[in-house]
Amino acid sequence: MSETKYYIEGVNGPVVTVKGGRGLAMMDMVEVGTERLIGEVVSVEGDVTTVQVYEDTTGLMPGMPVFPKGAPMSITLGPGLLNNIYDGICRPLRGIAEASGAFIGRGIQIPALDEEKKWDVSICVRPGDELAPGAVYAECQETPVIRHRSMMRPDQSGTVLTVVPDGAYTVTDTLVTVKNAAGEILELKLAQQWPIRSPRPVEARCAITRPLITGQRIIDALFPLGKGGCAAIPGPFGAGKTVTQHQLAKWSDADLIVYLGCGERGNEMTEVLDEFSELIDPHTNQPLMYRTVLLANTSNMPVAAREASIYTGMTIAEYYRDMGYHVAMMADSTSRWAEALREISGRLEEMPAEEGFPAYLSSRLAEFYERAGYMKTLSGKEGSITIIGAVSPQGGDFSEPVTQNTKRFIRTFWALDRSLAYARHFPAINWNQSYSEYLTDLTPWYNEQLGEDFLKLRARLQAVMKEETSLNEIVKLIGSDILPEDQKLTIEIARVIRLGFLQQNSFHAIDTYVPMEKTKRMMEVIFRLFDGCRGLVAKSVPLSQIKATGIFEKLVRMKYEIPNDDLSQFGPFEQAVRTLSVKEAFDNEVRVYWSF
Amino acid sequence: MKLEYIGLSEMVGSLIFLDGVSGIGYDEMAEITLSSGEKRYGRVIQLDGSRAVLQVFEGTKGISLENARTNFTGKPMELALSSEMLGRVFNGAGRPIDGLGELYPEERRNINGSAMNPVARIYPRNCIYTGISAIDGMSTLIRGQKLPIFSGAGMRHNDVAAQIVRQAKVAADDGEFAIVFAAMGVKNDVADFFKKDFEEAGALQRVVMFVNLASDPIIERMLTPRCALTAAEYLAFHLGYHVLVIMTDMTSYCEAVREFSSSKGEIPSRKGFPSYLYSDLASLYERAGILKGKSGSVTQVPILTMPNDDITHPIPDLTGYITEGQIVLDRELEQKGVYPPISVLPSLSRLMKDGIGEGYTRADHSDVSNQLFASYSKVQDARSLASVIGEDELSDTDKLYLKFGNAFEAHFLTQGVREDRSIDDTLDLGWKLLSILPKSELDRISAEDIEAHYVEDVTF
Repeated sequence: MSETKYYIEGVNGPVVTVKGGRGLAMMDMVEVGTERLIGEVVSVEGDVTTVQVYEDTTGLMPGMPVFPKGAPMSITLGPGLLNNIYDGICRPLRGIAEASGAFIGRGIQIPALDEEKKWDVSICVRPGDELAPGAVYAECQETPVIRHRSMMRPDQSGTVLTVVPDGAYTVTDTLVTVKNAAGEILELKLAQQWPIRSPRPVEARCAITRPLITGQRIIDALFPLGKGGCAAIPGPFGAGKTVTQHQLAKWSDADLIVYLGCGERGNEMTEVLDEFSELIDPHTNQPLMYRTVLLANTSNMPVAAREASIYTGMTIAEYYRDMGYHVAMMADSTSRWAEALREISGRLEEMPAEEGFPAYLSSRLAEFYERAGYMKTLSGKEGSITIIGAVSPQGGDFSEPVTQNTKRFIRTFWALDRSLAYARHFPAINWNQSYSEYLTDLTPWYNEQLGEDFLKLRARLQAVMKEETSLNEIVKLIGSDILPEDQKLTIEIARVIRLGFLQQNSFHAIDTYVPMEKTKRMMEVIFRLFDGCRGLVAKSVPLSQIKATGIFEKLVRMKYEIPNDDLSQFGPFEQAVRTLSVKEAFDNEVRVYWSF
Repeated sequence: MKLEYIGLSEMVGSLIFLDGVSGIGYDEMAEITLSSGEKRYGRVIQLDGSRAVLQVFEGTKGISLENARTNFTGKPMELALSSEMLGRVFNGAGRPIDGLGELYPEERRNINGSAMNPVARIYPRNCIYTGISAIDGMSTLIRGQKLPIFSGAGMRHNDVAAQIVRQAKVAADDGEFAIVFAAMGVKNDVADFFKKDFEEAGALQRVVMFVNLASDPIIERMLTPRCALTAAEYLAFHLGYHVLVIMTDMTSYCEAVREFSSSKGEIPSRKGFPSYLYSDLASLYERAGILKGKSGSVTQVPILTMPNDDITHPIPDLTGYITEGQIVLDRELEQKGVYPPISVLPSLSRLMKDGIGEGYTRADHSDVSNQLFASYSKVQDARSLASVIGEDELSDTDKLYLKFGNAFEAHFLTQGVREDRSIDDTLDLGWKLLSILPKSELDRISAEDIEAHYVEDVTF
């Protein structure tokens, strides 16, 4: 390295100005001060370099040394990331706790991966093999559900010179040596480095054709998200963003979850860590943590690391995608990331655009969401990254810049609603404001897997809810008694849909996750009831009589009473709806009956 | 070698600028001695080469460019801590103001604290009974939680807070309670009210008070919660107390942050508040919790008055995004004479779900509270309909909802300032109220539970 001695010139919160030379490159990683706090170069102006520091800067003095690392901010990728929890720049929180106790100290440098642990490695190449970028050279079982594939870095290739025999190795052992075109010898290990701000290259981007099945009825049936797509969940506080994110992380059919707690609550991260270690994944029958990487930058951790955390998470997601896995990344919340961007921009004295956010907010959001997608990887496999970003709009107002800019780069929008949350209707996804643009892409899949009537039922359901909204406007003005019977029936059916279908209890053992087939059968039963009742109402049977039979309440409880693994239990419900009929009683009064 | 810097180069608001300094660390404390012998304290908030910017806690009034001499302490702001703190009163910067002399410190700690490591936290599950139905039944307070009270000017939030302090008890009584009280920018009367109340409850020996009155300097106001939380962490994680921290009024605190930010010439974001208000508030609120291997806990009940009763104002808004729920007071209920005027629909306790039910409170707790929420939210619809078409024109079900709503406010929400209801009383009362409605309207409760608890022919 050069002889240049860099030193601190000024300190303003997490922003430090550095003098002493002109050799620092943008986005280079540096270590600042005698405690060697980690930082990153964010601007270079003449001989003054500005660095954002990822830790508390208390005690830094002008004149203290700054050590360039000569490379952009990178993280180590390899086996051991899963079933683990990291901070925003990929330092293991368990290791930090061992080093500094219950409170997070400063200047702690711990390798991201356990360097002692030996993995049972099988080598997939032989001397003389040509390794293209992305080629797999070694495999090991990272957790019982994920097989880790060590790949050539996307920017490297060459001919294999030597290999070690299969056996137990640590992440620092050299497994394979490769000679590249320039004649350099590369030592390949289980782990590799990758700069967090550079997307990992892929062979090609593919069309989105499959949904991410989440087990949440309103999402799977009404507003689906494609594998490789992007969704946003905006909502005021208390509307259930975090619970929805947790539900998706628990039950979606992705192979792997990267869960990023970005500027959120510490207790929530502890909850995820505890709960995911205990909960069993229905797809693999193993604890959920075996397929999960957690990243936590809680709201009181350094703000600069919050800005970086979203790229750290994305890089980990891309790494596993390159192995051929379908990864879902939850970012809770992207607003905190945008605010971190704003805070740093303010300290850099940049010209603000809307509401103090920097003008580049939109391009940064675009860069992030565009790293999602269904890809053909360099090694010829298929993998995807689906992003689900929570947005915390100020005052719950969706017209603020982060929500508006996010909307341009996502295609599924789950709008959470304060009034639904107040009535404890969860998930509080508003069916009038939410949308999914993936529906057309996914139509063939739905038709093939669930039959052509599924999307027809879906359309009917949406129409009923739309009609209810406009009827409710009238009811608010004149009361429901004035409405004609058929409109009353629409309101009643909409109530069954709200309570029995859209509302889903995430704390109920059966209701927390629902297979697609059950979702479809529920819709069928509800609409059979609707049609049956319409027939009766047409015959001038008063709705109050049908209500008195209790059949609506029966259907509302359907979601709890039918086990997910025994759909034959739909039988009695279907029978009840089929047998709904009028019988003349002796006193000529009309009565409605059904049998269960 | 310690240097004393004579004179200043510039002053703006509460900021002073010194040139030609060296060997000064960011965030370091300084002692400023005026020619009159008066001592003031300051902190380094920016360094640029040989220029240092300091904020003066007591304000710059009376300081000239020539009459000040500055000594740097070489350390960030630290608070002297000791078990003797209990029963004492301090100012916002942590100096005793009760005339009982200086504290003999067992330890000194940086008041900014450090972030708790999520892997070292214990997820809070034990509920704290407050004896207030609206809180215990509907938005249960959990030990280690941060649950603010959103109020407005002129509402009885102080009474609610004092009642919580008086009545708070935990299910499994396994440790001693201590209270840390931080008053920020409040009037003298408010500080006296709490002091008197603690005295009457015989709790004064378990209380540490940090008082920054409305007329005290704003820089000190920004230190007040930090000192209070440092003391709370010491009591909880060093001495093993279960600490309840009451902080009032967070709105004054945020306004102090705004005033300070604008004097530094920072770019404002919403309503003039600095863009880092979220991080700043988080650095306070996140200092609640329970840690593995420690017997104590820190529970926070911050109080804030919503400017113009607006819950979307940046202060309640950012607070709500950080805290684990909120208890919202409502002016309309207050005017109806309901005490405590807790508006249950927007109130929420995020940690409640894991701290209630079988083994914690009672098996039917979650269903009852959900049903009360759902039913009470329909009351609002029935009321707005009644205001348009008149009560007589309502359907029978809607009339029952009106009756339920009125009884709910009069019997469930309303209770005496010294009335301490057990959780069983609260839930039984809930069942009685729900029994006003027909069974078919109770869609959040299982049929078995309805059979077991529904009260036929209920009267109020």
